[in-house]
Amino acid sequence: MAAIAEQPVERLESSWEEPGGLVTWLATVDHKRIGVRYLVTAFAFFVVAGVEALVLRVQLAVPRNGLVGPALYDQLFTLHGVTMIFLFATPMLAGFGNFFVPLMIGARDMAFPRLNAFSYWIFLASGLFIYAGLPFSAAPNDGWFNYVPLASAEYTPGLNIDFYGFGLLFLAVSTTAGAVNFIVTILKLRAPGMSINRMPLFVWAVLTTSFALVFALPSLSTANLLLELERKHGFHFFDAGAGGDALLWQHLFWIFGHPDVYIIFLPAVGIVSTIVPVFSRRPIVGYTAVALSTVLTGILGFGVWVHHMFAVGLPQISMGFFAAASLLIAIPSGVQVFAWIATLLRGRPVLQTPLLFVLGFVVVFVVGGLTGVMFASVPFDQQITDSYFVVAHFHYVLFGGAVFPIFAALHFWLPKITGRLLSERLGKASFWLMFAGFNLAFFPMHVSGLLGMPRRVYTYPAGLGWDAANLLSTVGAFALALGILLVVVNVAWSRKRGPWAGADPWGGDSLEWAIPSPPRPYNFPVVPLVRSAHPNWDRADREEDARRAGQAELVLAEGHQTLATTVLDGEADDVLHMPEESLWPFVLALTLSVLFAGLLLDLPLVATAGGVMALGALAGWHLPRAEDEDEDEAW
Amino acid sequence: MVSSPVLSVPRSASTAWWGMLLLVATEAALFAVLIASYFYLRFHADGGWPPEGIGDPKLVRASLMTSVLLASSVPMALAEAGIARGDRRRLRAGLAASFGLGALFLGLQALEYREQLRELRPQTDAYGSLVYTITGAHAAHVALGLALLAWLQLRAWLGAYGPRRHVAVQVIALYWHFVTLASTVVFATVYLSPRV
Repeated sequence: MAAIAEQPVERLESSWEEPGGLVTWLATVDHKRIGVRYLVTAFAFFVVAGVEALVLRVQLAVPRNGLVGPALYDQLFTLHGVTMIFLFATPMLAGFGNFFVPLMIGARDMAFPRLNAFSYWIFLASGLFIYAGLPFSAAPNDGWFNYVPLASAEYTPGLNIDFYGFGLLFLAVSTTAGAVNFIVTILKLRAPGMSINRMPLFVWAVLTTSFALVFALPSLSTANLLLELERKHGFHFFDAGAGGDALLWQHLFWIFGHPDVYIIFLPAVGIVSTIVPVFSRRPIVGYTAVALSTVLTGILGFGVWVHHMFAVGLPQISMGFFAAASLLIAIPSGVQVFAWIATLLRGRPVLQTPLLFVLGFVVVFVVGGLTGVMFASVPFDQQITDSYFVVAHFHYVLFGGAVFPIFAALHFWLPKITGRLLSERLGKASFWLMFAGFNLAFFPMHVSGLLGMPRRVYTYPAGLGWDAANLLSTVGAFALALGILLVVVNVAWSRKRGPWAGADPWGGDSLEWAIPSPPRPYNFPVVPLVRSAHPNWDRADREEDARRAGQAELVLAEGHQTLATTVLDGEADDVLHMPEESLWPFVLALTLSVLFAGLLLDLPLVATAGGVMALGALAGWHLPRAEDEDEDEAW
Repeated sequence: MVSSPVLSVPRSASTAWWGMLLLVATEAALFAVLIASYFYLRFHADGGWPPEGIGDPKLVRASLMTSVLLASSVPMALAEAGIARGDRRRLRAGLAASFGLGALFLGLQALEYREQLRELRPQTDAYGSLVYTITGAHAAHVALGLALLAWLQLRAWLGAYGPRRHVAVQVIALYWHFVTLASTVVFATVYLSPRV
């Protein structure tokens, strides 16, 4: 290190900057570019799912409407659910995680940068795969939870359900790889001094969610594997005639499905716990309690799946257990809500757009929580299951619990991503439109549900007392859509004309605000040293970083380097050499697409070719890199 | 504070090891769900298990198979310990022995299927579907493990690994031990439990 021709920061620039061009575009491993891709792709799926919802609402606006027939209606509501759950909520939060987790923990990339690129390409490919059947009227059409026997080959022949089964198996590859990547990144790549009890709460949430995915996704994948073996190859798992049991599908689906509610909800909660202290100008009340509640919610989420099945005729004793567990989960959720309220009360809240969306979330989510507690009571559940009351409940929980926080995060973090601020006036207008539109769209569904309107009907006769509620819902849906359109306008305006944000427009407490907006490719010019849970509020430490950058201490400018630390205490442990751009993740994703297309279309030769090419791509991926060989000699 | 990029020997496990541990965890969950499905359908079955007309699974070959696969973990552990001391010959020998035992397992599995298929097919009933899905999923994991061992062997011949640089060996050993241990659970479920 004696003779340094360039300044260390210049060397960082030259080694981390990716060249332009199509090949780099396909080969990038920069977690920020991949994060933005996740966000843009997931938002595109959100728009598609929104258009589907609008078509459904127009169809239901008046009795006996003829806009879409039952066959198309079934595909639209199924795609709407599948898209919102699998192709919007989880990947959107993964996008924020991708961009911000490394920044919040002071790392230069994810632990496995190429695996990260691979996860994105698989997400994109499997999303297109799931939609590929729509032009041929062969899109999934048995609802997002796809119950057998309706979804068996006998009752839904054609490829519709196979797009669902193989599509979700394909997507699981992406989600699993992403979850593993997040866990290892968070456990190993934190800045020195960031012991586990100083991690930002958003990072706690991503960690919990990723663990939940590691253990919950295999259940969904197994369910889909068994379903496709039955549909395509004549195996028997779900048909009672040959010793199977249709309820096995429901168990397997909900063992995944209920943890998945928290997989979507917890990162959203982490966003709220991030935004509330920043806009209250004080540290969060009860940091430890909130972090532990996050973890506890993730664990309890595995013990409540049967509450989706109270109406199928299970033994009373097991329903009692699951009802108790479902009530129990209100405790950690309550802890978090009270921590936010206390933080707001003890601070000086600044009512800017991100905080507005957070407050909207609290209101909407509490309403959804109240109806949720009602469902935990078995007799009530049995009365109103499969009615529009359920539709109202889970939209309050999921739209309130995930979409509002996602829009809060969008307004909070976009200035860091693009370097430009959004318009406050447009932001506030879009919030109020979305909030009013949402409640107008979904509150009347409580009423129509209690009046007996079943979910998933494509039309209904007049005179059942449902007409007014449905018309109101449709009007509300369009107001909501208009609010979302305003957000898009705001983002477009900000990209062109928004005022420059600077490094820290909000006075944030976590490390992403310590670096320029947008961040440089290497994120941090010097490895930051952390001494509290609010490192960016520790002025002296950040000034010390700048001094060390000037003196080339802990700059790690020899190629792509980042620091690994110990799992619990976050002590400096090792210097990692991160991989650079690579085309192999993209190639592997393509070969796996061939494999899944072959499985879908019953073309064993194509599937085998895809599998063999995938093994080849894996080998290519792991061919030694030049710098590894150099290092060998050093050892 | 250190200013040089080279620290002393790391104290905690590598990122790759953690990544493999989590992959193993999710694969273990997959087997747990498959086996839970087996018992779910078994306890909901009317009549016997295996169903009428299908004999109990035969134990001799299956116990041999499981023992062979379990035994293959020993040379794998010796190979890893060898390269940690810089003994490249022991690495190659251990990898070869593990590969041989793993391949023997797959050969025996093929024989087992050939005999089993005479009275029971995956399409016969739920029992047959479960048996072939669980053992098939496990055999697929063994096959993937063999491909990984072959890759290690190739890289070992090229001299890629040394005493302080053999993360790939550690990681694939972890996977291999998981696959061999899983065989005992598969054996207990598919072969032993119907006799209980």
